[in-house]
Amino acid sequence: MNNNFVSKGTLAGGAADCVYWDRVLAKQCRMYELRNRERISVAAASKLMANMVYNYKGMGLSMGMMLAGWDKRGPQLYYVDSEGTRTSGKVFSVGSGSIYAFGVLDSGYKWDLTDEEAYDLGRRAIYHATHRDAYSGGIVRVYHMKETGWVHIDNNDCNDLHYKYQAEKEDLENIVD
Amino acid sequence: MSLLMKPHYPDYSSAPVQHQFSPYADNGGSVVAIAGDDFVVLGADTRLSAGFSIYTRNQNKLFPLSKTTVLGCSGCWCDTLTLTRILKSRMQMYQQEHNKTMSTTACAQMLSTLLYYKRFFPYYISNVLVGLDNEGKGCVYSYDPIGHCEKATYRAGGSAGALLQPLLDNQIGQKNMEIVSSEPLSQEKALAILKDVFISAAERDIYTGDSVFINIITKDGIKEETFELRKD
Repeated sequence: MNNNFVSKGTLAGGAADCVYWDRVLAKQCRMYELRNRERISVAAASKLMANMVYNYKGMGLSMGMMLAGWDKRGPQLYYVDSEGTRTSGKVFSVGSGSIYAFGVLDSGYKWDLTDEEAYDLGRRAIYHATHRDAYSGGIVRVYHMKETGWVHIDNNDCNDLHYKYQAEKEDLENIVD
Repeated sequence: MSLLMKPHYPDYSSAPVQHQFSPYADNGGSVVAIAGDDFVVLGADTRLSAGFSIYTRNQNKLFPLSKTTVLGCSGCWCDTLTLTRILKSRMQMYQQEHNKTMSTTACAQMLSTLLYYKRFFPYYISNVLVGLDNEGKGCVYSYDPIGHCEKATYRAGGSAGALLQPLLDNQIGQKNMEIVSSEPLSQEKALAILKDVFISAAERDIYTGDSVFINIITKDGIKEETFELRKD
């Protein structure tokens, strides 16, 4: 999304739903900014989204999204889905491979991760999801939501990551031997 | 005859018959688009069919929206007619309101929104929109029936889409190859590949055949061409 947010949409059948409603939300956030001369909070933006999709509950919309942003209350992370769920939290993963990603995230997460450690954890979580989930795959993209806005970190083909992590594992085994 | 015995009228006493309206038809057809640095080629087969019968062997499925933008449609023909009619009028409204022709990128976004407008009763069409962007570079946009849009450099859509896309991935994307040439795709090469993949599709897909209608879009305008396929 446009300004001080990154919104990540994942899909279980509804790529169009994610892209369309993300665009609607981006427009509403911009309208809020123009009307109030102040950027919308992540809490408010996520609630706009949750309320919008709740109007269509039971009609077949399919989307799960994380809203990450930085407002006057500090860094914020929200989970919103088409069932109407909206929760704030510290770690989330969304989508068909999210269960695999959660396993990796929970085992590696701590409050005081460095930037580099956090990128690696996120990348590993997605890689393991692409490995076990047939619907996930392709390029693993990493973004960092900073106070000043989002920064693109890197893109990695999950196939390259596979051989990278495999080599790491073999190196570790050799040291133990 | 006993008074208790009821007369039998088969028209009135048989079990109730349910009739269900089915709003969609699959009229088949395939669309292939390939973009280069300063051109884009778009081809669609000209067969219009339903099940095992062919309605016509000569139906154009390419719709020019402006001097630099063309849309290729395949799927439910009646939805194609409706959608292209709406697109045409929206193009005209934009022209008259803003006194300029809509750009290819703007067309691409408009098509996405138009398709999503019917999210709960979709247009049953696979769309491929091609054109030149503001820098004159060739671009391809492909859509799902409810309006998810993806920008690409080459795309196969329609009944033989799943059959042709891997072929294009190999021949144009040079996917999963060790030695790849770095020279840019020429218009002649793109056109040759486009014709080749349609020959392949006509071989295996019964909804694709008869001939291909091709549009070549460059800064000089849209050039039309036809190419014969097998007719069985």
